[in-house]
Amino acid sequence: MNLRAQRAFGRALTYLLLLLGVGIVAVPFWYMVATSLKPQAYIFEIPPSLWPRQATLANYVVALSKDRFGLYFINSLVVAVCATALTVLVAGMLAYAFSRLDFPGREPLFYVFLVGMMIPPVMLIIPQFIVAKYLHLLNSLVGLIVVYVTMNLAMQTFLLRGFFEGVPRDLEDAARIDGASHWTIFRRIVLPLSRPGLAVVAIFTFLYSWDEFPWAHVAIQETARRTLPIAIALFQSEHLTEWGQVFAASIVALIPVVIVFVLFQRHFIRGIATTGLKG
Amino acid sequence: MGLRRSLTRSLSALPFILPGLILFLLFVIGPMAHSLRMSFYDWKIVHPENSVWVGLENYARALADPIFRRAVLNTLAYTLVTVPGQIMAGLLVAVLLDQSIRGRAFFRVVYYLPVITSWVIVSLLFEYMFVGQAGLVNFILRDVLHVIRDNIRWLADPILVFVPIDLLGIWKGVGWTAIILLAGLQTIPQHLQEAAAVDGAGPVARFRYVTFPLLRPTLVFLLVVLTIGGLNAYISNLLITNGGDPLDLTHFVLTLMYEATFAKLDFGYGSAISYLLTAFVFAISVFQIRLLRRQVAF
Repeated sequence: MNLRAQRAFGRALTYLLLLLGVGIVAVPFWYMVATSLKPQAYIFEIPPSLWPRQATLANYVVALSKDRFGLYFINSLVVAVCATALTVLVAGMLAYAFSRLDFPGREPLFYVFLVGMMIPPVMLIIPQFIVAKYLHLLNSLVGLIVVYVTMNLAMQTFLLRGFFEGVPRDLEDAARIDGASHWTIFRRIVLPLSRPGLAVVAIFTFLYSWDEFPWAHVAIQETARRTLPIAIALFQSEHLTEWGQVFAASIVALIPVVIVFVLFQRHFIRGIATTGLKG
Repeated sequence: MGLRRSLTRSLSALPFILPGLILFLLFVIGPMAHSLRMSFYDWKIVHPENSVWVGLENYARALADPIFRRAVLNTLAYTLVTVPGQIMAGLLVAVLLDQSIRGRAFFRVVYYLPVITSWVIVSLLFEYMFVGQAGLVNFILRDVLHVIRDNIRWLADPILVFVPIDLLGIWKGVGWTAIILLAGLQTIPQHLQEAAAVDGAGPVARFRYVTFPLLRPTLVFLLVVLTIGGLNAYISNLLITNGGDPLDLTHFVLTLMYEATFAKLDFGYGSAISYLLTAFVFAISVFQIRLLRRQVAF
């Protein structure tokens, strides 16, 4: 009896602590939602309230129409989708070469990529800015895409190589006897059989590209080319007190992230747990 | 014959390597080399040919600069607070989730939400919550908990501004830390726990003598990765302090690098700062990884 009471107490304590944690995580998010629904007059109301007394969608309408967050949303989407697709392709090709092809200099080259994983990305921003300027890639979405692909390349190649190692080789040998080229084997056999790995790469690259701030902040000066993170940050510094609109735009930016995460969370958690990728 | 074969092999591998290699050379290796070069010059961004070689002067200037020193202290303090904070809170969450409980998927999603949210959004959110006059945090402390009498001006004070920045660092990272630790916990064989329980070890003793030693590799891995992340912290500080306000007292190393480079166009100085940081990060990582090796070996 005593033991059972102890167990019950332990379970109750577990749930209590977990729910407390949920509260700590959720209250700021809820406060953001509530603020985005408040008219400007209530943004600095005293006492601050977690429940909008007069809920309105006005902030969303203004943010999406007048402040062009619709355009920034599309910019972000284009950048994230292209960067994701290109990363899967380029990292996949590299991983195929590293796991299946035998060529001189394979090992040293692989180590060069591994070292690339350890470089703090922000230190590259200055010279990347100069390279991008030279190649006329500043103020263009292409400039964002190529840098995002590159910054993800090392880690994702490493990860995909691991997945490719697990693809059985019998099929490939059979295909090779039938005269299939490497490209055919890569596209028709290795890629389709590594779908879970590709999913992990795709989710990570998408979230990275969608959330990335430092490079976009440096590379994009033209208003029409902004992505959501810089648009939100700059909007806040230009309109210091219009928090309702800032958070309306933030929530619009957050929706795709939450959808991607909830849909793929099992792949996602497995990807983090097995590779230690930083989300 | 052998030469020809290795040549055809290289030719067939080339198309697979080339796109990635070009990107990597163009945007990682090349920039690293160029950055190193710039750090030895008084670099003129508009007319690079007029740049003047100054040797190690940029480095010496940084090390002697009180603003840089303050930024280093701020960054170290942030790392020293947020790394143990994330590990301890993450460990608690992981241990709680590592039981047969209902709604595990739900808890996982909720705890992970801050991790996937853009730094920009959560930084602005914390700034808003810590506003002096009508902020939520002051309201809770003053009118709900009655622990303070007057509003605290969190964002205007060069020390107190790190309260929201550090709390944010922990709050945003706990979900990720917990998932990694959860994966580590699940590799610990159940029978070890049971054997310890049969020998009369209570939950605390089991954690201390079974779980903790077996979790050590995971903990050291987290230590390395979170330390690198802490030393490279940037966005929260840039947005919450406006990059160093008040009086350049609140910089992180990278916000200072950013200001030197893109506001003052002192590219050589900025490059030197980023190389100093990289060298420091690298040294710390090597040290911590050695620590990891030793502990795995025993």
